[in-house]
Amino acid sequence: MSRPAGVLRYGLLPEPLIFERGAPGRTGATCDPTEVGGPAPVDVLPAGLRRDDGLAGLPEVSELDVVRHFTRLSQWNLSAATTLYPLGSCTMKYNPIVNEAIVRSPGFAALHPLLPDAWTQGALELMDRLAGFLRAVSGLPGISLQPAAGAHGELTGLKMVRAYHADRGNPRHRVLIPASAHGTNPASAALCGYTVTEMPANDAGILEVETVRAHLGPDVAAMMITNPNTIGLFERNIQAIAEAVREAGALLYCDGANMNALLGVAKPGDMGADVLQFNLHKTFSTPHGGGGPGAGPVAVSERLEPYLPTPRLVRDASGLRWSEDFPKTIGRVRSFHGNVGMLVRAYGYLRTLGGDGLTDVTAMAVLNANYIRAKLADVLPLAFQTPSLHECVFTDRDLDATGAHTLDLAKRLLDYGFFAPTIYFPLVVPGAIMIEPTETESKQTLDEFIAAVRAIVAEARETPELVKEAPHATFVGRLDETRAARRPVLRWKPPTADPG
Amino acid sequence: MRYTPHTSAEIAAMLRAIGAESVDALLAHVPEALRARASLAALPGGMDERAMRAELAALAARNRADGLAFLGAGAYPHFIPAAVEQIAGRAEFATAYTPYQPEVSQGTLQATFEFQSAIAALTGMEVANAGMYDGATAAAEAVLMTQRLRPGRPLILVARALHPHYRQVIATYLAGIKDVELVEVPYGPDGATPLPTAEQLRRASCLVLGYPNVFGVVEDLTRAAEVVHGEDCLLVSATAEALALALLRTPGAAGVDVAIAEGQSLGLPLGYGGPGLGLFASRERFVRSLPGRLVGETVDVHGRRGYVLTLATREQHIRRERATSNICTNQGLCAVQVVVYLSLLGRHGLASVAERNLRGAHALAERLRGVGTLRFSGPYFNELVLSLPDARRRWQHALGQGIVAGLPLGDWYPELEDTLLLCATELHDAAAMDRLAAALGADAAASAARAGDRA
Repeated sequence: MSRPAGVLRYGLLPEPLIFERGAPGRTGATCDPTEVGGPAPVDVLPAGLRRDDGLAGLPEVSELDVVRHFTRLSQWNLSAATTLYPLGSCTMKYNPIVNEAIVRSPGFAALHPLLPDAWTQGALELMDRLAGFLRAVSGLPGISLQPAAGAHGELTGLKMVRAYHADRGNPRHRVLIPASAHGTNPASAALCGYTVTEMPANDAGILEVETVRAHLGPDVAAMMITNPNTIGLFERNIQAIAEAVREAGALLYCDGANMNALLGVAKPGDMGADVLQFNLHKTFSTPHGGGGPGAGPVAVSERLEPYLPTPRLVRDASGLRWSEDFPKTIGRVRSFHGNVGMLVRAYGYLRTLGGDGLTDVTAMAVLNANYIRAKLADVLPLAFQTPSLHECVFTDRDLDATGAHTLDLAKRLLDYGFFAPTIYFPLVVPGAIMIEPTETESKQTLDEFIAAVRAIVAEARETPELVKEAPHATFVGRLDETRAARRPVLRWKPPTADPG
Repeated sequence: MRYTPHTSAEIAAMLRAIGAESVDALLAHVPEALRARASLAALPGGMDERAMRAELAALAARNRADGLAFLGAGAYPHFIPAAVEQIAGRAEFATAYTPYQPEVSQGTLQATFEFQSAIAALTGMEVANAGMYDGATAAAEAVLMTQRLRPGRPLILVARALHPHYRQVIATYLAGIKDVELVEVPYGPDGATPLPTAEQLRRASCLVLGYPNVFGVVEDLTRAAEVVHGEDCLLVSATAEALALALLRTPGAAGVDVAIAEGQSLGLPLGYGGPGLGLFASRERFVRSLPGRLVGETVDVHGRRGYVLTLATREQHIRRERATSNICTNQGLCAVQVVVYLSLLGRHGLASVAERNLRGAHALAERLRGVGTLRFSGPYFNELVLSLPDARRRWQHALGQGIVAGLPLGDWYPELEDTLLLCATELHDAAAMDRLAAALGADAAASAARAGDRA
């Protein structure tokens, strides 16, 4: 395929696939394969075990080709570093650059995970101190840093729930989940062999203890709850719910996705949680990386501690070391010790802010979200009038007559230079628009965003086509997702090579 | 406060707009009983950037990352060209999130499409997804996928020579799944895995083989695929050292159904074991059973080529408890870093690095000839198992000289107590190999002398 013409579009350069650049035989970096002697591959690998296609299908480009290619691609992204990224429930706060610097220090970056513990005391100490912070913030005594992401933490927590009940003779088979929950909650429960029962909230968006009671029974292993919930509302019946869950012999799982609303405000352990997963990439500011890596440590109550994944850190006279000596453990949930690079960044963030700084994080996150709520509620109806914390959820129902909907509003926001809010989630709010500004945005930025939303609502009424055909100012226009799913093209293929 | 930009005048103005007296009033609906206990005042205070860096530097200094280690065993030290981390670390990649708005996320989307294409080429498979957490969780997800494809088959056959972390994670993931039994398949004297019986294969949804396996030995996937497919069972290959795929017959060419790997070797630092990257590749006909995200090609309203997340009806945010996996956040930036590495080295560079590894490990084996013997006779890539009397004491002796002589395999395999699992990559030069041979050999000479004294 020929390269598209090199003309600027909105200040950006077009760029083909990396496979469409370069020339046969070109290479960016090589190494001398014979510098230490040793036999050639053909001399030690039998023909049936040897690759014979010369790695066809991998790029043949120079270093400058690579640098230009990926630099251009990067510029097609909006990111938290370039603009407000008000993706509700994702907590797209500023990711401090200093934390990128510390994780690249060779003392952490070049550390092999199987080195003797005596050689890794700095890493172990950091992980132990991080666990201390998480203990303090959650009010729960047991910590595992192993899970790689929030959903992985959910899986870990529910495996522990299952082990706890199995230990008492019956693993039980149902998990209760509010209808507003993230999709990962039911998916994680199913992965642990549980069936899921969904529960509705009341007219104010809050879960009633009577609803929970009506669903509890001897077959219920756990209830999963996100607090504040995905509408940003604090589940104020949480203590009564926890008590009802406990009386039924079930465990309470708190989804920590929204911990950014709770620092210094409420501890899940005090709410009665038995297990909680953190999302370090949300609450403690490790970069989201275009979809990861994250880190999903779990915190648990005393009764779940014996089931934590192994290995676990223990301290003895010679310092910290890894121990497998926990007979009731659920075992490993991933290789080695977790996404340690993300743990280092989160620790840097926690150390920088300290207790006062963390308390301020939640206070300013709540202030920012409530400011947006107050400034937009007259043009976009709120899903619920109930007081909210770190995010606010609107609906598009007043726009029905215009023919422009939530999706169109989101696309038009891109033209104004903002990433879009989370849309059509939670599922219980028709046409949901979920905005989480985070604490790191200034009033000035929020005012610009508010003005943009108000302008778009006005456009929807006056010139609805402008909104419905948006975005207009982006590098590519609206993309045909149906076509992508109907005839999936999931990879580039060499023009002449056999498929596969 | 650091990172919160609000001035007191702005706070006051915002509160006026909200109609609240104070920030505290915005939190008043949270039950007082909870708020009263939630203070974080007992935590240490914050610190400025210089002080924080000093503390982290002090911690880093307590790690001995610069010692001489011949450790692989699931995490591999390799050279990473400066351009790789610089490019992948660009804030536009690093501080974006899942590309839910494709019009302003084409950078992440195209790079991920290129990643999928490169992994498909590297593994010789037809499709690859956008990545999993790591090799071990990818292996577990592969096993679950074969259960969806071959429902009702009660066995999962896993080679004992598969990396123990992978086996343990598979076991953790399977706990609580009804009517499925994990069966370990022993290894043979050459370190490779003899194939299970037809009777076992008939009752199994899959056989999982390491490729190379934990001993560094290259299994014969082609033969395995023939036999496994003969019983309508599926073959999963699990590669902890993805660089090996540059020299070995591809899982795709061998007939594997699901090829998973740990991608750390391809441009990601060791980082004490994470973040790495799970690679997950399979056959086109299984695409709707794949776990994880997929990026697909399409066109925009102007007919220009573009990329979107696709086939999302497999995923948790749409399908909830009926999703193929619970995975949401994956290892996106690691996938970008890996495709930058694979592009920079390309066909020829990657082959040269892989060849350097194979030659180096064999050169190391040559140097250690007088110290011990190869425990297994099967072909290997950059890792080998050395049998030597008194292995653990000699390992300790080398450690005293600042050398980690690989992994005493007795930690993982009690029956291999007197062996060391050694790895040599392009970072191990001739001088390093000589130091290892001297450290292990000097001690060997000494202990031989002592044995002579006793006799």
